[in-house]
Amino acid sequence: MQEHAAGLPETHGHEETHQHEPTGFWTKYIFSQDHKVIAMQYTITALLVGVVGMVFSWLMRLQLAFPGQLSLIQPDNYLQFMTQHGMIMVIYLLTAFLLGGFGNYLIPLMIGARDMAFPFLNMMSYWTYFVSVILLFAAFIVPGGPSGGGWTIYPPQSILPGASPGSEWGIRLLLMSLAVFVASGTMGGLNYVTTVLQLRAKGMTLMYLPLSVWGIFVASVLALLAFPALFVGGVMLLLDSLAGTSFFIPLVNQFGRQLGHEGGNPILFQHLFWYFGHPEVYIVILPAMGVVSDIIANFSRKPIFGYKAMVISILAIGGLSFLVWAHHMFVSGMNPYFAFWFAIATLAVAIPSAVKTYNWMLTLWGGNLWFTTPMLYAIGFVSTFVAGGLTGLYLGNTAVDVPLTDTYFVVAHFHLVMGVSAILGIFAGIYYWFPKAIGRMYNETLGKLHFWVTFVGTYAIFFPMYWLGAAGMPRRYYTNEAVTQLPPSSHELNIFITIAALTVGAAQLVFAFNLVWSIFKGKKAEGNPWKATSLEWQTPQTPPVHGNWGPTEPVVYRWAYDYSVPGASQDFTPQNVAGGPAQKAKASGKTKH
Amino acid sequence: MEGIILAIVLVLIVVGTTIITFVGPWGLPELASNWGSIDSMIIVTTIVTMIAFIAVNAVMAYFIYRYRHRDGRRAVYLVNDHRLEKILIIVTSIGIVFLLAPGLFVYSSFIQPPADALKLEVVSQQWAWAYRYPGADGKLGRSNIRFIDAKNSLGVDLKDPAGQDDVAISAGGTLHLPVNKPVELELRAKDVLHSFYVPQFRVKMDTVPGGITRLWFTPNKAGTFEVLCAELCGIGHYKMKSSVIVESEEEFQKWLKQQPTVSQTLGTK
Ligand code: HEM
Ligand SMILES: [Cu+2]
Ligand SMILES: [Cu+2]
Repeated sequence: MQEHAAGLPETHGHEETHQHEPTGFWTKYIFSQDHKVIAMQYTITALLVGVVGMVFSWLMRLQLAFPGQLSLIQPDNYLQFMTQHGMIMVIYLLTAFLLGGFGNYLIPLMIGARDMAFPFLNMMSYWTYFVSVILLFAAFIVPGGPSGGGWTIYPPQSILPGASPGSEWGIRLLLMSLAVFVASGTMGGLNYVTTVLQLRAKGMTLMYLPLSVWGIFVASVLALLAFPALFVGGVMLLLDSLAGTSFFIPLVNQFGRQLGHEGGNPILFQHLFWYFGHPEVYIVILPAMGVVSDIIANFSRKPIFGYKAMVISILAIGGLSFLVWAHHMFVSGMNPYFAFWFAIATLAVAIPSAVKTYNWMLTLWGGNLWFTTPMLYAIGFVSTFVAGGLTGLYLGNTAVDVPLTDTYFVVAHFHLVMGVSAILGIFAGIYYWFPKAIGRMYNETLGKLHFWVTFVGTYAIFFPMYWLGAAGMPRRYYTNEAVTQLPPSSHELNIFITIAALTVGAAQLVFAFNLVWSIFKGKKAEGNPWKATSLEWQTPQTPPVHGNWGPTEPVVYRWAYDYSVPGASQDFTPQNVAGGPAQKAKASGKTKH
Repeated sequence: MEGIILAIVLVLIVVGTTIITFVGPWGLPELASNWGSIDSMIIVTTIVTMIAFIAVNAVMAYFIYRYRHRDGRRAVYLVNDHRLEKILIIVTSIGIVFLLAPGLFVYSSFIQPPADALKLEVVSQQWAWAYRYPGADGKLGRSNIRFIDAKNSLGVDLKDPAGQDDVAISAGGTLHLPVNKPVELELRAKDVLHSFYVPQFRVKMDTVPGGITRLWFTPNKAGTFEVLCAELCGIGHYKMKSSVIVESEEEFQKWLKQQPTVSQTLGTK
């Protein structure tokens, strides 16, 4: 701590805020403006909220395996668990964790900056997120409870009293929470984008950035462009609910009573929702893809294969994500001719996604693979991403989507491709950066145990859902007892899935124990235990202290993937090391062996 | 060691899932409509994606096994291979066009009902299905949410002469369809979104309050099938069901004649 920021060179003219390291408890740990502390705050909050989301998934699974035997779970609270589970997982866990947690921790360290461009805004972003979480949970204590309108909160059902549970204060609080979350995400997103564009260390060109930064950067841009649609849709829905407007509600007759709305269009909401919702799934998957790319390269001791193609794919996926939203609406009643375009654009996304997959595989080829826990998780990510992504070829191909949409086929698809894949990417990242962030090693044996159960369990939970969906098991059903065309054995399959889900849940206790135990008792970590090239591993202290770099900021001479360069003495050359054979190898174009 | 285990686990996963996918008891229920083309698309897509799924995992398993760390080895320094990249992109694109093009053909017939289709109306509400058949004039009368009352539960416009001879099957009733005759459904919703879904027909379409959506198919097997609701519509979503009975033209006409017309039920005329 002694060489704190006083008198740091003013490389970027933004340093005033870092001149003084805060010393008080409140400014150091609670209202901190240090990106690393804010990252921890995001991480811890998101994980705790995620635990709630996971418990809800167990309750749903218990109901589906043992319908009617748990008096705790009724049709109304099944829908509430389902809705809150979906919202929590997508928004309050994955988005918050990947952008707020990884984004905050990694961007400044990986690009060689001392902190974010706007540290105060960064702090505000976290606390605004915190408020949105409070609002989310406040819905549990209002009359009617939280919303049970599905995570898509389609009107009219989500706001008409008597339709879904929580259709009064539950949904209103949820909409307010989402609006606040959008504010938080906007503050964060602006900060991440500005920081990446403005505060890169000397020599760090865009094409020298590690793919983690690329993933987080493009995801932040998507967030900035997509969240406004959610915000607008949310505010309009709130007005329909509170002020009696009719943006989304036409003349309806509910339970024999004509309601006061007139002239609104429910499909308009779906367009707004998915204009946000589709990019949202890439907001969570792109950072995970970036993290996984870096981890695979490191533990293969090889450059990532086709770096440029990886960057272009990230950009292509990000760009296309704004052109495909209505593939969620093929049977919504929108103009059926729209579907031609959305099917074509959707299947086009498969190409950059496939490129990424090939490149991860080709990175393994010829490597010197080192199977640490993060590496296992990264490979697990590739496998589940493919298992989920391939069925996008059914659901994007309109005619094939018709029988499958709104069944468990879709539940299987999105859980595998963006739910558990993102979670596996998060686990990979947590284990990978744990030594840097905490200064101690996690327990490798427990980490691997956690991996095996989670990875195999994930397949056991979600792959069978494809079969159930094809057999016609609709999603969002409290029970399937009366769905007669399902073969009787699908009930046994549901029990199997529930057992797998509970087992995976239990494995998370191993993870929690490993984290907590290692924070206090883990073996002391070296600064660069994985022999990695990127800048975050080159900090003078581990964990890095306020200001990150000590008296001089790093200067970058090479990309982040100089592993096993022929002629180099070690099998990795950090980005801040000058000269050496690597650059020659690259410059002479001798890239193939 | 982990490398070998991981390779084995990946192989076991693909072998297990592939076998069950093709021979397991869970799959598409037996087709009962003209949409065999959708089934063919599903089968072709399954074959293509399964090949990709097996290939990715098997190749990964092999690399994991082959290139696992052993003392003294050093990784190959390979940055890129443009030729390989190009080949992979082209192969992938061909695969995608191969799936997409026929899919779009099937879809274009899916949205173009034949002119001779029997038109009838499906009305959804929380949490039941109602139906309306055109009478002898072959035309459905106009309807509007505004006209709904205790007796006129579908909101038929009584001033429209075309509606007088319509046959309304009120909420909770059964849908009857003649076998081998194309039907075009006009779907309406009284309150919230619902979705008309009959797994054996391979069709599904949301019903939207404030508008009409359309769906056509030709049931080609006599029998009784279940109508499910596939769009979350509130607490009763899971039990919003109805039956569809597909029967011969004569049986269908006989049944239809026994149903009271709108003017009979409502005492108009
Ligand atoms: C082991 C972990 C998980 C289990 C066992 C699980 C289970 C479930 C179940 C049973 C449903 C309800 C399906 C229905 O009734 O239609 C569901 C819905 C959902 N889950 Fe998960 N889930 C898990 C993890 C995740 C993750 C990581 C995500 C992150 C994206 C996620 C996102 C969702 C969403 C968005 C829904 C849809 C909610 C809705 O229909 O409104 N889940 N999950
Ligand atoms: Cu989407
Ligand atoms: Cu429903």
